[in-house]
Amino acid sequence: MSKFHNKGVLLEIRGLKIDGYSDETWVPIIKGVDLTLRRGEVLGLIGESGAGKSTIGAAAMGYARDGTRISEGSIEFDGMELTTATSAEKRALRGSRIAYVAQSAAASFNPAHKLIDQHTEAPLHYRIKKRMEAQEDAMELYERLRLPNPREIGFRYPHQVSGGQLQRAMTAMAMSCRPDLIIFDEPTTALDVTTQIEVLAAIRDIVDQFNTAAVYITHDLAVVAQMADAIKVLLKGEEVEHASTEKMLDAPEEDYTKSLWAVRSFKRPQKSRPEDESKPVISVQGVDAAYTGGAKVLDDVSFDIYPGMTVAVVGESGSGKSTAARVITGLLPPMKGEVLCRDEALPPRYQDRTRDQLRQAQMIYQMADTALNPKSRISDIIGRPAQFYSGLKGQALKQRVDELLDLIELDPASFYNRFPPELSGGQKQRVGIARALAAEPEFIICDEVTSALDQLVAEGILKLLDRLQQELGLAYMFITHDLATVRSIADEVVVMQNGKVVEQGAKDEMFTPPHHPYTDLLLSSVPEMDPNWLTTLLEERGVDNIGEAARV
Amino acid sequence: MGDILGLVAKRLGLGLVTLLVVSVLIFFAVELLPGDIAQAVLGQMATEETLARLREELGLERPAVVRYFDWLAGAVTGDFGTSLIDGEPVTAKITDRFVSTLFLAAYAAVIAVPFAITLGIVVALLRNSIFDRVANVVTLTSISSPEFFLGYILILYLAVKWSMFPAIASISSGMTFLELLERTFLPALTLVLVVTAHMMRMTRAAIINLLASPYIEMARLKGAPPWKVIVRHALPNAWAPIINVVALNLAYLVTGVVLVEVVFVYPGIGQLLVDAVAKRDFPIVQACCLIFAATFILLNLAADVGAILTNPRLRHPK
Repeated sequence: MSKFHNKGVLLEIRGLKIDGYSDETWVPIIKGVDLTLRRGEVLGLIGESGAGKSTIGAAAMGYARDGTRISEGSIEFDGMELTTATSAEKRALRGSRIAYVAQSAAASFNPAHKLIDQHTEAPLHYRIKKRMEAQEDAMELYERLRLPNPREIGFRYPHQVSGGQLQRAMTAMAMSCRPDLIIFDEPTTALDVTTQIEVLAAIRDIVDQFNTAAVYITHDLAVVAQMADAIKVLLKGEEVEHASTEKMLDAPEEDYTKSLWAVRSFKRPQKSRPEDESKPVISVQGVDAAYTGGAKVLDDVSFDIYPGMTVAVVGESGSGKSTAARVITGLLPPMKGEVLCRDEALPPRYQDRTRDQLRQAQMIYQMADTALNPKSRISDIIGRPAQFYSGLKGQALKQRVDELLDLIELDPASFYNRFPPELSGGQKQRVGIARALAAEPEFIICDEVTSALDQLVAEGILKLLDRLQQELGLAYMFITHDLATVRSIADEVVVMQNGKVVEQGAKDEMFTPPHHPYTDLLLSSVPEMDPNWLTTLLEERGVDNIGEAARV
Repeated sequence: MGDILGLVAKRLGLGLVTLLVVSVLIFFAVELLPGDIAQAVLGQMATEETLARLREELGLERPAVVRYFDWLAGAVTGDFGTSLIDGEPVTAKITDRFVSTLFLAAYAAVIAVPFAITLGIVVALLRNSIFDRVANVVTLTSISSPEFFLGYILILYLAVKWSMFPAIASISSGMTFLELLERTFLPALTLVLVVTAHMMRMTRAAIINLLASPYIEMARLKGAPPWKVIVRHALPNAWAPIINVVALNLAYLVTGVVLVEVVFVYPGIGQLLVDAVAKRDFPIVQACCLIFAATFILLNLAADVGAILTNPRLRHPK
């Protein structure tokens, strides 16, 4: 913080308390947080979901989301008290002096308007610039943020621009009135690692160039280490620890902070393919696939998954990982090639498969929220496949459901009759696992099962999957873009890019050089807990050689 | 744009198929009547000879399928046959009536659609305020009351007590446009009251539905004032459901006006249909039904196309 000591205080939050409305009463969600931000300083807010990071970020703009209210404390922005300001006064700050960059640019750009029209909205509204001037300025910002075709890209609609580009366009939009403060709310969480780097670099540059202060909200420690001058750790609406970035990384004081730092410690020994003559439980052979009328999404994809092994399929979004899963389950019949289960060809369409063939390919989904019917009891969600595949009824069915709940470490007595919305994210994902287990499969497809979860919770899920694998001899196809997860649980790795398998093999081989250039790009793009990681990497790759430009 | 034309062509084709199915239903529904058309027209008391003569006149001895295709071929060229009662061509009888009905529908629509959508935007902006609640209660009351009741209330106050507008909407060809508007004001107003609630509430709901979207929060955090959040950021994304409800209500204005026409003695197609049903004049009934079905299908098609055109993803493909 020393670097900013002589700078003026821009934002001062004292004893902030925020209530959230749930179950017809107001419950505290922020329980007295202090925060001081000086001009040009970047503060990282970190914590798990539900810690109140975003709520504090919004409060810094004097904004309480629907269903929340600021109940106590003061928020002083550049000498103006926001808790008592009128809504017109607060509105006049937003977009002009405090700007916001949201988590999902794809959802936060209005689909009905061109990017540049959304960009120039605030400057025109505040009469800071004329339309042509504002557009010129937008193009200049697009160029600084290294967007391709900066003079043209603004005239596209959001759906015509890729996720990483949108996120940079949103950062440009936040800069449109040259604000004193920008709130970055998980701006790279939804992006691939390779795309994340270019966005991080762009954000860091532009914040430096305009000497803008920023609050950087994230749950990813390695990311915040690259961006922030100081870090504040939050837990359940309270501050756990606050220190400069170096100090926080080198010598965290609180146990909770240490546990966050240690979260990636889970590793299990790597297994190799069985020595005997056993057949792969799933073998994908030379598969081409496309969605109706579209271009080829899979191009000659082949890989084997042996019993009891975890095969991680990695790649950026759009590389065809999930499509491969859809082909295996029969949801998308391939154009060419076939899927074998223990040397026996599976019918391409799931409608043509027998019950026993269907049983073999179960899925666990990324969004447990949407994958579980919110109106079904947990017992029904797990019980239905048990009934369908094993024909269990009555007492036997109930017993089986109890058994499955035990397996996923949820107490049957208290979860049997509950509904998904009453469960936490991790618990929902466990129910998703139990549902897959209910079919008694040998093989389960895990589609980004941990990427929507907090790190601590995700680790619990990984441990559970590992234990189940050992106890039940399951094989997993583990679809992920998170290489840290791959490191911790995979036996074999399949790297996909643009619908092709670029490299595959045992995990330890994959993680030791020499790599395929694309694997190398993926691996080197994973943020590390070193505050200088991004700087070093950019120097190595060269500024013009990051992200999309670096694609091979 | 090629994609959109293709989509429209596809919808149009589907609409034609639907219309064909409906024409089959309309034609054969009459066939299902006990006895046959001749029996139905002449009643129980008819003698065998008169029945036989009518059957021959109508060509009933030919198989139903042949008659259906005859009828369909006529309908496609605009010839719906002749009335069973007075022997006049059905098309001529219907044309004037249908034009009158379309005029009344258009009159009501021109008032109701902008009014309902504007009101919907305003109540979305002032949601949960007194104004919102009053507007909801008033429009709900008007949609819940039967239109003949609304019509009589309007006649009682606006025509009888305060003598502002004529109670009977009789029109003739010599009238000026303004006279027409004045004569038909009360039936049009009745229709406006009936259709406004539905469109207003859908506009309100479609807009409010979007207010939880991240891009709406973004607009607020960019400092956009509430009206701008609604009109510039929510409304352009809410058109699809609104257009659908508007189309449904427009279709209702054409096909559901029977009661209003009767109350105001307005010479529209609804009255003609009621008369024809009472007199068992089947060619007219069939023609009216086919016209109503075509209107419904056409308006729904228009709604689909409108929804496509307001979707930027379809208008500006990648």
